[in-house]
Amino acid sequence: MVACGCKCETTEQAQLIEQLDRIIDEYRGQPRGLIQVLHKAQELVGYCPKWVQVRVAEGLGVSLQEVYGVVTFYALFSLIPKGRHKISVCAGTACYVKGTKMVVKAIRQHLGIKPGQTTEDSRFSLETVRCIGACGLAPAMIIGKDVHGRLEPEQIPEILEQYQ
Amino acid sequence: MNNLNEIRAKYTEQFQQKSKRARIVVGLGTCGIAAGGDKVMEAIKQEVAARNLDIDIDFTSCIGMCYREPIVEVALPGMASVIYGDIFPDKVSQLIESHVVNKQPVTEWAAMQIPEGRTEYDGIVTMDKSAYYEKQVRTVTSRLGRTNPESIEDYIATGGYEAIEKALSMDRLAVIDEVKKSGLRGRGGAGFSTGMKWTFVYNAQGDKKYAVCNADEGDPGAFMDRSVLEGDPHGVIEGMMIGGYAIGADEGYIYCRAEYPLAIRRLNLAIAKAEKLGLLGENILGSGFNFRIRIKAGAGAFVCGEETALLNSIEGQRGMPRVRPPFPANKGLWQKPTTLNNVETYANVPFILRKGADWYAGMGTEKSKGSKVFCLTGKINNTGLAEVPMGITLREVIFNIAGGIQDGKQFKAVQSGGPSGGCLPAEKLDLPIDYESLGAVGAIMGSGGLVVMDENTCMVDVARFFLNFTQNESCGKCIPCREGTKRMLEILTRICDGEGKVEDMDTLERLANVIKTASLCGLGQTCPNPILTTLRYFRHEYEAHIIDKRCPAGVCNALLVYKIIAENCTGCGACRRVCPVGAISGENKQPHTLDTAACIKCGGCVSKCKFDAIIRG
Repeated sequence: MVACGCKCETTEQAQLIEQLDRIIDEYRGQPRGLIQVLHKAQELVGYCPKWVQVRVAEGLGVSLQEVYGVVTFYALFSLIPKGRHKISVCAGTACYVKGTKMVVKAIRQHLGIKPGQTTEDSRFSLETVRCIGACGLAPAMIIGKDVHGRLEPEQIPEILEQYQ
Repeated sequence: MNNLNEIRAKYTEQFQQKSKRARIVVGLGTCGIAAGGDKVMEAIKQEVAARNLDIDIDFTSCIGMCYREPIVEVALPGMASVIYGDIFPDKVSQLIESHVVNKQPVTEWAAMQIPEGRTEYDGIVTMDKSAYYEKQVRTVTSRLGRTNPESIEDYIATGGYEAIEKALSMDRLAVIDEVKKSGLRGRGGAGFSTGMKWTFVYNAQGDKKYAVCNADEGDPGAFMDRSVLEGDPHGVIEGMMIGGYAIGADEGYIYCRAEYPLAIRRLNLAIAKAEKLGLLGENILGSGFNFRIRIKAGAGAFVCGEETALLNSIEGQRGMPRVRPPFPANKGLWQKPTTLNNVETYANVPFILRKGADWYAGMGTEKSKGSKVFCLTGKINNTGLAEVPMGITLREVIFNIAGGIQDGKQFKAVQSGGPSGGCLPAEKLDLPIDYESLGAVGAIMGSGGLVVMDENTCMVDVARFFLNFTQNESCGKCIPCREGTKRMLEILTRICDGEGKVEDMDTLERLANVIKTASLCGLGQTCPNPILTTLRYFRHEYEAHIIDKRCPAGVCNALLVYKIIAENCTGCGACRRVCPVGAISGENKQPHTLDTAACIKCGGCVSKCKFDAIIRG
């Protein structure tokens, strides 16, 4: 068992730590790799809980305070678990004038969650994000890695159905 | 390998061979994929296999007509390429049957044709005469939609890496002089002379220098950098190599938004292919010049588009701006002399070297040379990407290229330059687009996003939208920006909620000027622009909200009153049934009435009414 400071007892968690260490190894002792390591760590764990931050801080040789500072500064890093499918509704100018509000409302009605929340079954989490650069297809949103454009509120249930 | 002559000849031959065979090309930029391009690609592959056709299938990036995505190109040997728009999987079979099998283009689906010396079809407009492209020039965007962005062969066959070969045979100062002479100015927003910037870094003392590419395109409504990175990644790489050679750097960084995964993937692929050919690495083309490029993905912070914040972010820290001086040219990345240029700026450089500074300076106005890529979005008919010569008027861009306002509505404002820019009214439509003219009216060129708004957009609400954005993205280092944007947002929210006071307009103006003067970086210095321009050009809307308690555009909920127009009402009852609070009453086939005190302004009745009998205002 790797000593990580948390109460991980299952093999699954131990494996996760091992994988995390491999990510850290690439930049061990190099503070400049912090953001890159956090990207990969979040991809692996799903979010950046304290134990991840502690391990990254020790591995890269920066203080936990600095890691926490970076995690909370950048919008892409999250301190709380996200759903299996992350819905990011674009709130850029073009999308805003073409109906971001309607899209968010339709998702809210369908899933019962507000931006910043995750459904109880952890299937979806919802957030509004800065311009995703798909302005030609406004209003747009990203689910997972798929961009959906030219949205109409009535299409929302059908689109969400594709993600289980 | 000391020059590219041999492989260029080989790839050019390959490229020409391609046009001798029948081919179908699908536009697979982020916009094409979002519109369903990958499904169309799948359908085409199946159809071609089922019919056992001998035809090449390829993909390209976004040609710029986002409003016609998914876009498919069909070309038969010796005949012009036909660009089809809105090709969804259900149209694929008919398209192939008609154009490929029967050699008859489907004229009504065609957006345009590109002859390139081949035989033209009747009844399809050619690209250079089409309304969308007629006023455009294609330099930086010339490969977009025309070559495979993942193919270094296509790039080299179309003149790629010729410029770096030429640059390496020149003196470093001569390269800088050429760029200076072209008049190229930074395309990221501020418009500083690229040649001057390179001179500063060239002259700076240091054992190590860096060339950094700012690909953290954060302005909402701007996607030209994404399109260029996805469509011509080698062009950006070559531009960086030339910059690196000129200033004496051997390492480059591309700082790209993590929200652009396809751009990052294509950049990585392009770098790997260039390295394999020896175009990146040690002793490039036997010249003794070494250059490597690394990609750093951002993590979602708008302020990182500011140059010193970006440098901090590459170093793995919070993206907060640094105090200048020292400028990055002297103390940049890891305190070493650094040049920072935007994606589009770098992408222009190979063309300047290849075609000459004079050619480049021949386009544009006296102080703003060359062409600029704009993103046309908002309430217009043709949303997309357009590269135009500097000095073209806003009217030409919005009404000729972008095809005017959607649904025949009235133009109200155009927002140029993202959250740092300004909202310009109809009176300014004949303004030529260049750095100085836009600056003089309170807007900025910015990265080149143009968001068009129609009569249904409330300018106070838009100002609030931008402030909400900048307030969220303010890094918190300078108090005027951190606290000032918060206070301005509170005031604007109050105005939108119908609780504005007359003195609010003056307070906003005062706060805006303090924030502009007392902030360290571009974010704080420019974020009051949307407020100042809306106050300047749309003051009557503020007054309507504050004094008359009315939102003329019908957007601000708290100020809306719903009314039923008795003459139009047929008494169908649709509104009565949909009203969640029972505020609408009336007998069947009799005009209904609406109890404004009970109404919660949800808007449900308006969308249900088929007779335009319910108005809000």
